[in-house]
Amino acid sequence: MILLFLITIPALLGVATLFISGEEKRKTRRRILMLGASLHFAGTLSLYFSGVSRKWNDYILLDPLGLLFLSITSLLFFLVAIYSFGYFYKEHKPPTKEGGTKEGVRHLYTPCMLFFLSAMSLTTMTTHLGLLWVGIEATTLATAPLIYYHHHEQALEATWKYLLICSVGIALALLGVFFIAAAGKGSGVDLFVESFVEKAAILNPRWLRIGFILILVGFGTKMGLAPMHTWLPDAHSEAPSPVSALLSGALLNAAFLGILRCYQICFAAHLADFAGTLLTLFGLVSLFVAAVFITAQRDYKRMLAYSSVEHMGILSLGIGVGAGFGSLLHVISHSLTKCLLFLLAGQIVLTYRTKKTTEVHGLLRTLPMTGILFTIGGLAIVGFPPFSPFLSEFLILKEGFAAGHSVAMAFYLIFLGIIFVSMSQILFGMLQGEKRELPHKMERTYLMMVAPVFLAAAIFLFGFYLPAPMVVFLNSAAKLLGGPL
Amino acid sequence: MEWLITGIILTSFVVLGSSRLASSIRMVALQGGLLSILPVLSRPSFFDLHGLTLFIISFFIKTVAIPVFLFRSLKQAKIQKEVEPIVSLHLSLVGGGAILVMAFASLRAFPLPTAPFPPLIIPAALTTVLIGFFLLVSRTKAITQVIGFLILENGVFLFGMTIISDFPLTVEMGVLLDLLVGVFVMGIIIYHINKTFDHIDTQALSKLRDVE
Amino acid sequence: MEFDPVLWGLHLFLLLVAPPFFLGVIAKTKGWFVGRNGPPLLQLYYDLFKLFRKGAVYSKTTSSIFRMAPAAIFILLIFAGLFLPIGGAALLYFRGDIILFAYLLGFTRFLLILAAMDTGSSFEGMGASREVTFGALSELAFFLLLVVLVVTTGALSLNGIFQWESLHSTFKPVFLLLFFSFFLILLTENSRIPIDDPATHLELTMIHEVMILDTSGPDLGFILYGASIKLFLFMTFAVSLLWPQTGGWSWFSLGFFLLKILGVAVAIGVVESSNARLRLIKIPQLLIANFVVTIFALLVAIFGRAL
Repeated sequence: MILLFLITIPALLGVATLFISGEEKRKTRRRILMLGASLHFAGTLSLYFSGVSRKWNDYILLDPLGLLFLSITSLLFFLVAIYSFGYFYKEHKPPTKEGGTKEGVRHLYTPCMLFFLSAMSLTTMTTHLGLLWVGIEATTLATAPLIYYHHHEQALEATWKYLLICSVGIALALLGVFFIAAAGKGSGVDLFVESFVEKAAILNPRWLRIGFILILVGFGTKMGLAPMHTWLPDAHSEAPSPVSALLSGALLNAAFLGILRCYQICFAAHLADFAGTLLTLFGLVSLFVAAVFITAQRDYKRMLAYSSVEHMGILSLGIGVGAGFGSLLHVISHSLTKCLLFLLAGQIVLTYRTKKTTEVHGLLRTLPMTGILFTIGGLAIVGFPPFSPFLSEFLILKEGFAAGHSVAMAFYLIFLGIIFVSMSQILFGMLQGEKRELPHKMERTYLMMVAPVFLAAAIFLFGFYLPAPMVVFLNSAAKLLGGPL
Repeated sequence: MEWLITGIILTSFVVLGSSRLASSIRMVALQGGLLSILPVLSRPSFFDLHGLTLFIISFFIKTVAIPVFLFRSLKQAKIQKEVEPIVSLHLSLVGGGAILVMAFASLRAFPLPTAPFPPLIIPAALTTVLIGFFLLVSRTKAITQVIGFLILENGVFLFGMTIISDFPLTVEMGVLLDLLVGVFVMGIIIYHINKTFDHIDTQALSKLRDVE
Repeated sequence: MEFDPVLWGLHLFLLLVAPPFFLGVIAKTKGWFVGRNGPPLLQLYYDLFKLFRKGAVYSKTTSSIFRMAPAAIFILLIFAGLFLPIGGAALLYFRGDIILFAYLLGFTRFLLILAAMDTGSSFEGMGASREVTFGALSELAFFLLLVVLVVTTGALSLNGIFQWESLHSTFKPVFLLLFFSFFLILLTENSRIPIDDPATHLELTMIHEVMILDTSGPDLGFILYGASIKLFLFMTFAVSLLWPQTGGWSWFSLGFFLLKILGVAVAIGVVESSNARLRLIKIPQLLIANFVVTIFALLVAIFGRAL
């Protein structure tokens, strides 16, 4: 029942919020957002207690893999909801010339966030391929108005690209689902992942291969794998920062989950080599593209977006070389770190009113707290020890070498090296320098700092110490992927 | 059923060759209608709840709701009625012919079991998907891109017919609902594109670049 | 292929006497659509009588080709008509006569163009150029259509092809596709409205009409007579695609056949009345679309056989 509750509560609250429009009721809407986030988070936490059913019916159930993604989503959403309180308070009273954005889709922020949460929950809670597809497509639709939040030309462009490219990608994924279904036609399989895994031996490998390619391309578009990543930098840089944080930390994961589900089937059908090669290939291409574009980047939100492409590449590569545990750990590391960075980038945007790296200097002196946290996040994202992304990236490297993928791993290291150098250069350019008196100096509300501090602490902690229950849990999730344990 | 499938292919060709937005939308509506009849015919009996519900809902969404909505946004945005393709209509048609030949030629690579539908359905689905793609990349107007997307989606549906019986009704409904909401959101965005730029030519949407 | 005088007589009678009547039907339909009485049904007969009683005027620049062409076109069309089953079976048939049929039609076009060029008038040259352009596209579709027919029915003569009812008891989508495609070819080849307007003498719109500006007297009579026969042949072809007349002839089947042709003639009139002539640059697009439809029909046909 908890599962149903997790899907319906945000959706119902979202529908209710649709009727609360008007600028003066902004606070009410934020409170509803907070309420939805807290309820969802509490519900998710309760799933960890034994005795709470993780199954509602055949269609809605949680396996460890789903629970992992659900937890990440729920946690990030909770943190972002807290952060939203402060962020939008500031953004809405901007001393800008044009007097801020006009009344428009702004009142859709809360409902769309809640719909997004609901769709994400559905995505993580099902192993039925059709329902999974429905969930992932729903996340696209729910987030499109969020990207259009600022209501100006660039936001419009980003939204249109996002909507169209992702919709087409996901249509391809649906075709992929149909092909996988066709692979099992006649063998009496239902469209459940478990059912496919069970009858893996009698699946038609040809259709399964085509289906996997289509799904990889389709969900890969949504996940931001190069060369289908083109919407990603635009959407991430134009969306308001809390939305960017969720896009990077949760939305991309949903698509990754979609790919993982199909990987499960392929693995069971002894197509792991085929699927792995493809995943490795897409991963390396993503790393390459990210390395090239980060080096030339002059916009820090776009840079963070390309860094997401990089990390999605790492995830894909990790699964491809069979490092299930490392990849899943990396999902956690990346989500936490990227969420942290985007939230901080939001503060920087609010204070400096620019997204250009060349115009941001002396962060450590101007905004000491933000600066320190940004340093931590930046070091973590480029893979500097002792933060958790380092650990997960290292694990992938280790397992990759152990599995004999030395060429892929060599490229992996080269690209990581390039990204390390170029990204640190940009980040340190922003962090260091003289203190600047900014026109938009504002008192900082503690609400905007809670989430980043928590996230920074988490990635720092996981870099040193992984709690034993978490290792067990990750192992059980990785076992579903069939990787070597 | 062969008649319906032939009709579906022909409608996508009409869209490919027509220079008017209104007739394109009408053709997509017709295609959606033909498509929604198909699963009803595949059922042994006409009065079958699953098939009938699916027919009613998908007919409503594909043939009534989406076209009506597109017409509304066409009117609202005061869009010019011409299609304005990047690739000329002649070439589009020749391209469509090439796609058709390709789809039929690759048939041997897809010996899928299609019962109870005629085997024609596989090349038909491929053609429709590819024509949808072609429309997406070769037309500049936002609304024609939506039409391309719809045709692409119709093609995917056509393919899905062969295994549609494996899907529970709720999932199908979800897919259709997603489609409807997707087009709805796209329509709203089109309206805003028009308001912001005075036209819906997506070539104007090129401000976001990596390096300025 | 034994000589059956009744069949021959009937066939030739239909081929020679009936065609101008159906042009009258088309004109009547068009007139009715715009709320007029329209010309008498037999107008073309009167015109032909008048023309054949006149003498011809020849330009000094023309050669014998110009004098010879109209009569030759007429004879070639009659000859082509022998291969098409009209009332009952065709008068002449052999394996592969479809190629001959198509080439005879092509040859008449060639002669017409040659005659137009022979006048040395740039105006007629322009008409000839357009005729060739559109003819090239429509012939492409026509040949492909014949191929589809051969593939579907497995016969190589027109007579055999139009017995398809005995081969396929059910009506297949292929034939409808072919009918649409052929109807467009019919409109193109006979310069009917969406492609060309037979009624105008505006240089911007003319294709066919412009080529016969210098022809006069009996020559013009031959051309007009020939044009009506060509239209009749195409209408017969179109009717046979949808609803072939098989078996031997009887008064009943003959009447039935004439009714069907009448239906097609009315349909042409309706199409002509309800459409505007296309801009010249749009025509190739229509013909290419037609070609693609024929390709589609071919694929369906081949596909249908393969399985």
